[in-house]
Parts: sequence; C-alpha cells; structure tokens
Amino acid sequence: MSEHFPALILLAPLFGALVIGLFGLRDHRVCLPATLSALAVSLFAAIALARQVATGGPVDYFMAGWEEPLGIGIQLRADAINSLLLIVIAVVSLLAAVFTIRPAGERDTEKTPYFYILFLLLAVGLFGITIAGDAFNVFVLIEVTALSSYGLVAIGSSKRCKVAAFHYLIMGTVGASFYLLGVGYLYLKLGSLNMQDIHRILDADGTLHDTRAIRTAFVFILVGIWTKMALFPLHGWLPNAYSYSPSGSAAILAPLVTKVSVYVMVRMMVSVFGLDRLEMNVDWGHLVVWLAVIAIVAGSMMALAQREVKKMLCCLIIAEVGYMVGGAWLGDPGRWGITGTLYHILADALMTSCLFLAAGAFAKWLGVVKLDDLSGLFRKMPLAATGFVIGGLAIIGVPPTCGFYSKFYLIRGGIESGQWFYVAALIGSSLVNAVLFFRIFEIAYFGKNPVASHAHGHGSDDHGPHDHTHDEAPVVRREPPLHALVPVLIAAALLVLLGIFNGPIVEFIRTGLIETAKVVSNG
Amino acid sequence: MLSFFQETIVPHFNFWIYVVIMMIGLWSVIAKNNLVKKLIGLSIFQTAILLLYVSLAVKEGATIPVIESQVLAGSAHTEPPAAEGGKKALPVINPDGYANPLPHVLMLTAIVVGVATLGVALALTQMIYKDFGTLEEDEVLRKIKALHDDV
Repeated sequence: MSEHFPALILLAPLFGALVIGLFGLRDHRVCLPATLSALAVSLFAAIALARQVATGGPVDYFMAGWEEPLGIGIQLRADAINSLLLIVIAVVSLLAAVFTIRPAGERDTEKTPYFYILFLLLAVGLFGITIAGDAFNVFVLIEVTALSSYGLVAIGSSKRCKVAAFHYLIMGTVGASFYLLGVGYLYLKLGSLNMQDIHRILDADGTLHDTRAIRTAFVFILVGIWTKMALFPLHGWLPNAYSYSPSGSAAILAPLVTKVSVYVMVRMMVSVFGLDRLEMNVDWGHLVVWLAVIAIVAGSMMALAQREVKKMLCCLIIAEVGYMVGGAWLGDPGRWGITGTLYHILADALMTSCLFLAAGAFAKWLGVVKLDDLSGLFRKMPLAATGFVIGGLAIIGVPPTCGFYSKFYLIRGGIESGQWFYVAALIGSSLVNAVLFFRIFEIAYFGKNPVASHAHGHGSDDHGPHDHTHDEAPVVRREPPLHALVPVLIAAALLVLLGIFNGPIVEFIRTGLIETAKVVSNG
Repeated sequence: MLSFFQETIVPHFNFWIYVVIMMIGLWSVIAKNNLVKKLIGLSIFQTAILLLYVSLAVKEGATIPVIESQVLAGSAHTEPPAAEGGKKALPVINPDGYANPLPHVLMLTAIVVGVATLGVALALTQMIYKDFGTLEEDEVLRKIKALHDDV
C-alpha cells in the first residue's frame, strides 16, 4: 500500500470527481462528502509520502510498472521539494472545499455538482503537475488544470466572469502551447521526455546546453510558464479571472495555480536543465531578475490603485510572482535565492489562501467588495478580520509569520548575488504592502462609514440574507458561519506555524536541492 | 539569396512552415475582433505545433510504425505470433524502417487537449453571446463597462 502513495494522491480526487459525476448529479448531497473525503485521502497520502521522502530520499513511482525511459511510461517523482508543495496543495484545497459548504437553509443550485467536479479535477491537475516526472505529462496536466480553472471562473453568475474566463482561456492556451513547443525542441534534440533522463543527457555532454535547439527550448518553456504564472507583462488575464470568479473558486485558484506554475519553472531549472549548467550557459539571468523587479514594482503600483478588495489581492499576487521569479534567477552561490523562492511558494500559497478566504467571507456575508466598505469590520466580524490581519501581516512580512522568513531568504540571496535593485524592490514592495494593509486595517478598525449605503447591494455572486441598514451604531456582530470561519483561522494559524518552523522546512528544501546537485555530479 | 534559400530554408523546411502557420494563428488571436475568429486563430496556432511534432517523426523511406508480420513471426512461422506470448526473445527490428511513433502518440494527446479547449471556448463564446448579444470584442468590453460598477 505505502508504495502507492504517489498514485493515490492523484487518483483519490480523480475518483471523487467520477463519483460526483455518477451520483452527485442526481443527489447533490453526495458532492460535498465526496470532495472532502477525496481531498482528505490526498492530504493523508501527501503527508505519508513526505515522511517517506524525509527518511528514504526521493521516491519514484511508475504507473502500471512501465519503467522509463522508453518514453511511454508515466513516472511520478516525489523529492524533498515537491512533497512539501503537495501537502500545501492538499491543505489549501481542503480549506477551500470546507469554505464552500452550504448552510442547510441556503438554496442549492444546478451548478453545485459541476462545481465540485471541476474543483476536484483542478486538484488532480495541480497534484499532477507537481509530482509528474515527465515533461509532456506536465503539459497535459497543465491543460487539465487550465481547463478546470476556466470552468471554475465561468461558473459564477455574473456576466463579467464569462469574459474573464474567455481571456484567461486565450492566454492560458497560448502559454501552454509555448510550453509544448519547448518540450518539442527538447525531444527533437535529446530524444527523451523524461525529466531525469533529459537531465542526465544534458549533464553528460556539457556542450549541449550551448546549442541553439536547447536554448530555444528553454526560452519557449519559460515564456509558456511565465504566461501561466502571470509574470508582469503577461499578467493581463489574472485580475479579472480571479476577482470575478465565485468566492469558492477564487479560494482554490488564486493561491495555487500561479504558485504551481512557479514550481514548474523552478523544477525545469533545477532538475531538468540543471542549475550549475544554466548558470554557466545562460548569460541573461540578470535580465530575468530585472523583469521580476519590474513585475514587483508594477504589481505593487497596481495594487495601490485598486478600490476593490479582491482586485487588490490579485495585484499583490502579480507582485509576489515577481518575488519568486526573481529569487529563482538570482544565481547566488549559496542558493539562498532559490531556497527562498521554494519556501515562498509554500508561504504565498497559504497567505493568498488566507486572504482570499477572508475576502470571500466578507463578500459573501457582508456584501463588502470595495475597500471603503470595510469600515467597522472588526466590530462585525472580529475573528474573520483577525484572520485577514494575520494574512496581511504575512504579506507585509512581519516576523512571526512565514512572510518575514521567505523575504529574509530572498533578500539574503539578493545581497549575496549583488542584485541590489531586486533587494530594493523587495523592501519597497513590503512598504507598499504595509501601506495597503494598514489602510485597510484603519478603515476596518476606525472607519465610521456605515456599510448601509449598499446593504441591499448587488454584493457577490451568492450573498446570504443581510439586513444591515443600520447607520452609525449599534453594530451587530455577525461572524461568518463556522465552516467559513474555521478555514480562515486555520490558514492564519498555518501562516504562523510555517513561520515558526521555517528552520527545519528550509533545511528539508535544501537537502532536496543538494540531492539534485548530486544527481548532476554522479551523472 | 539563392544560397540562403538552399542552406537555410530548404533543409529546415518543416520549421519554416510551422513558424509561418503559427504566426498566422497568433496574429489572428491578437488582431481579430470577433471572438470566434480569435478561436479559429487559436486552433491554427495549436495545429502548427502538432505539425512540428509530426514532422519530427518522419524518416526518409520509412513506413508507418506497424511492425510487419514476417518480422514478428520470424522463423517460427509454424505458429501464429499471437500465441507466442512475450517470453521468446523479440526479433531484431530495424528502427530506421519505421517512422517514430512517439511524436504521433504525443500529438494524439495534444489533439484531445486542443479539442477540449476549443469545446470550452465555444461554450464560453455561446454564453457571452447570450449575455451580451454580440461576439465583437470591443462591443462586449463596452457593454461590460456600462454594467453597474459592482462585482
């Protein structure tokens, strides 16, 4: 049993989606238990797999026993780096699933089973991208993820989300096609699709990296992945897609999809092309860091200009993607930049999850969409607002939370590699985040402006009954229901825990990096 | 000019073709205003990549990758090859005689992915048409701006 954990992570949500498709369409009560149990199985398998990796090193799994490198097997590979990401994906999707529980009284819609099918398929795709050991399988799983996310964006009832989903689809497909093209060039030159195999071939012959085909392949793969992760000039699809999608969709899409794409980029750099070889052969790495600096600055500026909570968070994601891309490309000898990137992938997934869950709760139960309407939030939803504050502090980078430590490692990498503009952008962006969040805290804590003005409003996609037409006072405390509050608080607690235990986690990540380097030297 | 043609274009004919087709697709994705035309461009874009992969599989004088029965049966023509099972050593097969099947298999998957994407895209287009009554992108965007400023 225990040797099948890598497959179980993927198959549990896939099977769950099948169950919902078979039974959930007729009886909607099946949907939620099926989703939760499937994701719980994945979480269990991911934790068990991480323990295996911690004790016995990387785990290779061949689907149906077809061993590579014939080119037909499906290899799954879990190492120290991605086993942690698998756990985070499982946790975040589980939190998002709990958030979507409907209270007994609330009306059920036709779309419910379809939503959960797409939700689970998205989880399958994300797990698959993370664990797949084959460059072409990653393409297929990227498309599985993308197709389900288009559906999850478009499933809302507003008119805008369809157009947002259409634009997302166009950008996403072009990005995935570029990735496929890059993989094609790799196959053309090396005759293999298996990541380890490609790595071995590239490492055996140092001149290969200098050939035009390999360089083209690398650039195509990068451009494709950058489109998928919304690096600044390619970010156009992200804000609309994530802010107009329903709260339940946004709670899984926003934290995970971009982060997993960043992981694919790091994976390509570390365990396909090889970091040492890349540093020797790629002389435009500093340009990518510049691109990241621009992304950080642009994302922060756009965030300052936003008036809506979710739009602002989306712009912050764009800035965070800049952090991670820049960190991966710093090329400092101690590898602190890339360590920081990998740690930040985990941290940012949880931060974004916490903030989007809280923002979703505000939109759904208070009808608050705009920043100015957040006034009096602390009196209305003290606990949910506390969760939001912890998420905000993590984004700013205040010490006990994980955001501080990831920035610490990234800045250390920046200093050791002498990329001062990157360091400056990172610190500047933290200041901008501080301004942004303290403005929100101020409005939420001291703001006297009543929410009354748009209480009957148009609110979010599925707002509950609200009747707060009160003026100044008295403010009624109306926490979101427990199933929405608990995920926010768990995410907030995890942010602090991840920060406190950053030492062992970073140690674990670094053993993964060293292991891949060892594969290089052994050939 | 002629030498450029002979040295650069002719030996890499398939690459030039795929790049040209791909750019036609990309141009239409970017420049066309009609959503369906954009999707047609997207399909052309994806198909160009299929073309590249399939052209990689081609070998001079090779045939389709279905192993001929004589080769498989080898000397043991007394019993049909199906009954042999996988236990006997396989006869040596000269790979130069067959086109590389792997790119074809990959592209079969990519075609499926492309069809699924196109299906989702067309469904979205239909919903957009239902909501806005038009498929011209600028009109859709104008109508979105005119919507009430809420989410």
